[in-house]
Amino acid sequence: MALDKEEMLELYRKMYLIREFEETVSKFFSQGQIPGFVHLYIGEEAVAIGVCANLAKQDFIASTHRGHGHGIARGASVNKMMAEIFGKVDGYCKGKGGSMHIADVELGFLGANGIVGAGLPLAAGAAFANKYLNNNGVSVCFFGDGASNRATFHEALNLASIWKLPVVFVNENNMYGISMSQERHQNITDIADRAVAYGIPGVSIDGNDVMAVYEATAEAVKRARAGAGPTLIECKTYRHHGHFEGDPTVYRSEDEVNQWKKKDPIPRFAARLLEMKIVTQDEIAAIADVVKKEIEEAVAFAQRSPVPAVEELLTDVYCDSF
Amino acid sequence: MAEMTYSQAINEALREEMRRDQKVFVMGEDVGIFGGCFGVTTGMIDEFGPERVLDTPISETAIMGSAVGAAAAGLRPVPEIMFMDFLAVCLDELVNQAAKMRYMFGGKAKVPLTLRTVLGAGLGAAAQHSQSLEAWICHVHGLKVVMPSTAADAKGLLKSAIRDDNPVVFLEHKMMYAMSGEVPEGEYTIPLGKAEIKRAGKDVTIVATSLMVHKALAAAERLAAEGIEAEVIDPRTLVPFDKETLFQSVEKTGRLVIVHEAVKTGGFGGEIAAMVAEECFDMLDAPIKRVAAPSTPIPFASSLETAFIPNEEKIIEAVKAIL
Repeated sequence: MALDKEEMLELYRKMYLIREFEETVSKFFSQGQIPGFVHLYIGEEAVAIGVCANLAKQDFIASTHRGHGHGIARGASVNKMMAEIFGKVDGYCKGKGGSMHIADVELGFLGANGIVGAGLPLAAGAAFANKYLNNNGVSVCFFGDGASNRATFHEALNLASIWKLPVVFVNENNMYGISMSQERHQNITDIADRAVAYGIPGVSIDGNDVMAVYEATAEAVKRARAGAGPTLIECKTYRHHGHFEGDPTVYRSEDEVNQWKKKDPIPRFAARLLEMKIVTQDEIAAIADVVKKEIEEAVAFAQRSPVPAVEELLTDVYCDSF
Repeated sequence: MAEMTYSQAINEALREEMRRDQKVFVMGEDVGIFGGCFGVTTGMIDEFGPERVLDTPISETAIMGSAVGAAAAGLRPVPEIMFMDFLAVCLDELVNQAAKMRYMFGGKAKVPLTLRTVLGAGLGAAAQHSQSLEAWICHVHGLKVVMPSTAADAKGLLKSAIRDDNPVVFLEHKMMYAMSGEVPEGEYTIPLGKAEIKRAGKDVTIVATSLMVHKALAAAERLAAEGIEAEVIDPRTLVPFDKETLFQSVEKTGRLVIVHEAVKTGGFGGEIAAMVAEECFDMLDAPIKRVAAPSTPIPFASSLETAFIPNEEKIIEAVKAIL
């Protein structure tokens, strides 16, 4: 399924949007304007964008603690995301969730999650709902290499495999679970190999190639919509920043980081678009300007927004019921 | 009125709600073709088919987690965790996901699931299959906790639980499944958060939950023969808790005994006692007493298990100690 020029430019613009958003969050976090922890998606943009470009309105995604990129890819408002990260009342969650719990269920974004691996059964359940309601919907679960060792991974893949749930399990293998490198935390190299254990297709791809991600996901989504069940897609990628902002990253070498920065998905895709003559250098610069302005407005929106009133502490614990 | 067992009443509630709302479905280990390990979901797969009565693998984490995902995505799941003891396996899904989603998402999500699970000792099932762990659940706001003691209450409360848009934990006592009772005919529900005075009296208030309601009533009969009239209150819902009914009773009697099968230390009885001590201190004429299990795992030998479970004698002793 080929993408046209406009669609490819859109992939580029959205990756750039995530990058600019995350670098801005990094800046404000280092200035002490953001409470708690932030876990940035810088370097992994091709995965979220390539996957979500395949999704329709009725589809769901379940995300991780590193969820800003997933939210933006699913179409979330950068204003409301920024406000949430700043802990302001105009944020997606009225400031009550923060970076790790940003969500917009109506948009099909079941939320970032503070529990590693929690999204796997959630996505399986949402996929079950799609199948039950016969709405042709699919669910995507993003999860990391660390999460692939959790019981949630094994139980969710098994359940999805026996019930043929329309779910695409997208593993973002960035080679580390905080300080634990993949070679120390599991006995295998290709997480896609674990698909065999559940009798489902598993494919390992270059997660820094947005077109490769797009195409692998297209196939998996098609299978899912056709009722053929789940797929495991392993996207090999890398996070440029530490696990959290402020992480002293003693567990990896500068050399390794620099090697991966050379494979940065964004300039890589720009180079490809230029080569294909889909875009000019000026147009690339223009996209950058538009995105920068959008993010500046998001910050202004967040800064203008008030903090939630103390009364909000006690609201939203329960729904009013019948 | 119809006569049926607690188990049959639950079966009826499930069927009625599944007929009423297509979004309601049941899932759990052995709930389908086997009809449930305690026979509670007998026959349901025949009426509703395997798409709505789902047998799962042994995967509490996935059962609970997928129920949360399905609920957030628009369905009304009724998952079963076979023994309450197994909740320990999937507490994250219940406590960190189901209970918190609405709050964390600023009120913009709902998780309308009803978790059915089974507690209680008396079957000789021993330490890992007999616990009463409601105190764990009551401590996690975002959940509602229901503990019916009769067939009629079980049916009416389960129907309400399923219609409730919040995650509700519905606690069934394994020793009551075969207990018969009168159940109103026709459509009825019982609201969550409303206690029932199972027996009126003026001398002492006995608050009891689940199977202990029946022991409290038996103790009350024996006390009545000695001229002591006990008022037995069944909270029916622990969260939200009906304080009004309890406080009115304490105001009338001035004395309170709390009975639950769960271990005394850290049990929900401590919460009830604290509530009354904080808000009704002036109404009390005597210290509050709790009758509950000792701080041990549930033993296997029948002699020990019998000693573990609170009984009528201990309730009577507690009442007399404060008269």
